[in-house]
Parts: sequence; structure tokens; C-alpha cells
Amino acid sequence: MSLTAKDIETITRLLEASSFDELELEMEGVKLSLRRRGATTPAGVVAGAPAVVPAASAAAPAADASAAAVPPVTAQPATATSADVLTAPLLGTFYRSPRPGEPPFVEVGAAVEPDTVVGIIEVMKLMNAVHAGRKGRVAEVFAQDGALVEYGQALLRIEA
Amino acid sequence: MQPLRRIFIANRGEIALRVIRTCRRLGIETVLGVSAADRDSLPARSADRTLCLGPGRPGDSYLKVETVVHAAQASGCEAIHPGYGFLSERPALARLCEEEGVILIGPTTAQLEAVGDKLKARGHAQAAGVPVVPGGSAETTAEALRLGAGIGAPLLVKAVGGGGGRGMKQVLDLKDLPAVLALASAEAGAAFGDARVYLERLVGRARHVEVQVLGDGEGGVLQLGERDCSVQRRYQKLIEETPAPGLPAPLRSQLHEAAVKFARHLRYRGAGTVEFLVDAERGEFYFLEMNARIQVEHPVTEAVTGVDLVAEQIRIASGQGISAEAVAAARHGPRGCAIECRVNAEDPAQDFRPSPGTVTEAAWPEGPGIRVDTHIERGARVPPFYDSLLGKVIAWGDDRPAALARLRQAIAATRVAGVATNLAFHARVLADSRFAAGGVDTGFVQEERLNG
Repeated sequence: MSLTAKDIETITRLLEASSFDELELEMEGVKLSLRRRGATTPAGVVAGAPAVVPAASAAAPAADASAAAVPPVTAQPATATSADVLTAPLLGTFYRSPRPGEPPFVEVGAAVEPDTVVGIIEVMKLMNAVHAGRKGRVAEVFAQDGALVEYGQALLRIEA
Repeated sequence: MQPLRRIFIANRGEIALRVIRTCRRLGIETVLGVSAADRDSLPARSADRTLCLGPGRPGDSYLKVETVVHAAQASGCEAIHPGYGFLSERPALARLCEEEGVILIGPTTAQLEAVGDKLKARGHAQAAGVPVVPGGSAETTAEALRLGAGIGAPLLVKAVGGGGGRGMKQVLDLKDLPAVLALASAEAGAAFGDARVYLERLVGRARHVEVQVLGDGEGGVLQLGERDCSVQRRYQKLIEETPAPGLPAPLRSQLHEAAVKFARHLRYRGAGTVEFLVDAERGEFYFLEMNARIQVEHPVTEAVTGVDLVAEQIRIASGQGISAEAVAAARHGPRGCAIECRVNAEDPAQDFRPSPGTVTEAAWPEGPGIRVDTHIERGARVPPFYDSLLGKVIAWGDDRPAALARLRQAIAATRVAGVATNLAFHARVLADSRFAAGGVDTGFVQEERLNG
């Protein structure tokens, strides 16, 4: 059995009408992978990665102040595995600037050296500097200021 | 006090899943802190949210007190369940939780300190009027030699910071004492960060019997019966059961009372276990240590009492106290018998060394009276960093022969491939006539040559 162009057209239309961003279909000798535009932006989830359910899920009471104060963890972008993505070396709260109200350590477009500080990860009031670790230019910033980041989470992309 | 809404689980493996299961039943959300090695584990996929604490090595992830508390607070959790092992009995976690206003589902810092220091725990047992093994502390070699001569050989040199069978050395002849002391002290310093050791008489033919307690933190203590954990290899428990077979009724009640006295003396809060060495023939018993956490073998107690011990821990931590059901179950006593086998990833051909790897097949038994607590399914990874427990198979029956018959069938029906296991060992023990008769002591595995 194989897929005709008509089949693919039908499947594409089904995906468009659905609430899903991705569709993977595997049959004898055929693998079809469809992705909606934008599904690979930073809000996207690495295909095959375990689902990360935000704590403020539907089950959480809306009035939960502590939960509301917790910024949701941004899921890792699809590019997280590539060499130009700087990931969090430890779990903690990520800060883009040295102090609240001050300009960020780096903005998109900034040139960085391996020892350039690009952010801070705070663990129980202990500030840990995050270094760029490579020479290049900041292309994208994934992690939000003040967000909880987990170990291995993508922070920013640095192009050589 | 309000019931808890969201709990951070600082553990992995079957116990993480066990805690998630109770939380789900109680309508409590769970956030699980995992290492990078456990990202794809069944518990990681079962929690409402999973946060990666750090790399696989425990020191870089599960044992990082500040990281765990930060993750709990930042994810909106009101409480931390530490499971067993890892940070569960570290006063440092309890202290930071107390400072930060996070509820630790467990005892107070002071209680953890009181039982974590095994020498202090001995002192508390004596103060509570609970018998201890003859022995004591020895700060200098000369002092140790005097004390050793008084106790007589054989004896044990134990690390003050040890416990659970770790940090113990035998001395069969007193002339070896100085050398063993030096070695034990050096090892204790390296392993526990505390070089202090103490001496105890080696109680030869003894059974390991422990009593499950629940304390409300205000002096109210409930005991939920005992567990016999005498089937051990190198002090590691392999099979546990309740009630302890063949204990004379007065001795059984004395054990229960001693455990309650000890826990009451500490005004203990939460679930805990008081361990004893029991010389059933002489009708004597000695305090061994207290485990201030949920234990691996807790399901056998749950099987005969119907009490969810994790739910009781959560209730007590949230200030709701011990449930009326637990009180009634304690009054009623056990219904039937339950026996548990710990299925480990261990290689019998290599002296039961841990056997990490990827599980290619996992079939766990089911049926009436059978419970399985496991995080292992096909494709699960058994990382080299952690303990080798794959799962626990628990069988309940109206009486011991019924429970044993079910467990034999259940173990025969269990299949785990891809990693080496101790399943054949369990089958041999369950088929052994001495085990079937009940009441074996801790020398049983060695003597019966069951290691295969």
C-alpha cells in the first residue's frame, strides 16, 4: 500500500481542521511527517519528548496564588539538541539582568565570547553566572526573565 | 489545617510512582524532580509535572537539597515527599524546609537528628526504657579495647552515621579490634562524613523484626504491627512479611509496646519504623535503629491493615492527624498475612552485583491478593547510579500458607529480561522448607546456600 498525492492532500486537510500541530504516520515503507507552521517555534515541543504538563494545568484551582506566581516553564524548542543552543547547567530561577530593572546581560544580536555572562540562575538565593560557553552572536532568547528553568532546558541560541 | 494541593516528590523509581498514586487518589497534584537519567521513566510520565534537577549522578540531582527545595517552591508546591533513601532522612532537607516554610512530609529536624546519629538513638532508647544491645561509644582505642573486653567477642564496630546495614564491621577476635576500629573509622568518615564508631555485641542467632508506627507529633503514637525482615543478604532485606511468624504473643506485644515507647519519647511525627533484633528462643529483643521515613517494605503492612501509609504521612504533615481508619485498624489488628519479595536487578553469577541496563521484557503478576509496586516496564532503563530495586511483589492470604502459595505462583509468573534479576533466588527461598515453616533468622540465606 502506498500514499497517493490525493491521500496526502486529504490528510493535510484533516490536520488543518484538527487541534493538533503535528501528525506522524508510519506505514509499510512510508513515513509521513506533517507539521503546522509555527509548531517548531520556541513554544513547540520536541517530538518524542515526554510531555511537560504545566503546573497551572486545568486541575489547578484558579485562585491558587502560589501557582499563579509561577511562570510556566517554556518547553524546549525543537532546535534544543543542536550545538548552538545554550542549555541550563542547573535547575533554578533564570534572570536575564544583574538586578531587577537593569538592562539584560545580552540582547538578540549581541556578540559574545565564551566567558561572557548571559544570565544568572538562582538556587535558594545563590546566584550562579551562566556563561555563553562559545563565541558568536545571540540569535534567540528562549527563557523568560524570572522563570524557573530545569536542568538541560534551552536558554538561548548563539550563532557562530 | 487545609489538605495539601500540590506535592513535590523528591525521589524516583517505584516509590515515586507509589506516592503519585496516593496523591492522585487524594486529588493532590504532583511535581516530580528527576535526574536526566530518569527523564523518560514511568514516574516522570505519570506526575502532573516533571522537573529535571540535574545529571544522573545522585550528588548532582537527587541529593541537592537547595535545588530540591527551590524546585518545590518555584513550582508552587506546599510540601515535599522525600520517599526513602536519598534526602529522606537528611536533617539538612528538614532544616531548609522549616526555614523556608515548606512542609516536609516526614519528621522534624530534631527527630531526624535524634535517630540519624545511631549513638544518640541508642541513648534515646535507653532513656525510653527500651533494651539495647550491650555496647557503647569508644573515642579512643584504649577505651574501645576496655569496652570490647567487657562485651566480649564476637562484636560489631558500627558507624554512628551508618544504618540500614551500612557501616558495620565484625570483630571475631578481640586482638583484631584495633585494626578494625581504624579501618571502620576511616570508612565511616569517607562514607558518612562522620568518622565516629561505636561497639555492640554481635547478636548471633537473631531475627530482624520491626514495628510500623504513626506519630501525630504531639505524643500520640499508633502501632500497625510488625514486619519480619530476616531474609537478608549482607544486611540487605530481600523478603519481608507480616505478622512475624511464630512469635510468642507476649514477645510480640512487648515489641509493639517498645516501639510505641520509643516513638512517644521522641514525640515522633509521621510514619516511622522501629527496628529490633529478636532472639525468639530466649524471648529477648534489642533496639536496633529507627527509620524515620516510609520504608520499602511498607506494602505488607498496608495489605493486612488496609491503611494507606503514604496517605497517613500526608495527613499528618498537613496537620490533619492520624485517620480514624488507621486508629480502627490498629485496634483490630492484622487481617491475614502478607509476604513481599524485592525483585532487584542483580546478577547472581556475579555475587548479586547490580546489573544495570535496558529492560527488554517485563511481565508482572496479577490476581487476587497480589500487589506489585514497580516502575519497570518494557524499555525502561535501569541506570547504574541508583539502587537496583525493580519492583516489589506482595502476596496476601488468609493465612501464611495461602499467602506463600500465591507468592510462589506470582514469582513464577514474573518475567524481567534485559537485566539480570534475583527472581530465581526468590523462587528458591519460597520453595525452601525452613522458610515455609517460618521464623528463620538472619543467617538463613547464607546457611541454606540459597545464593545459587
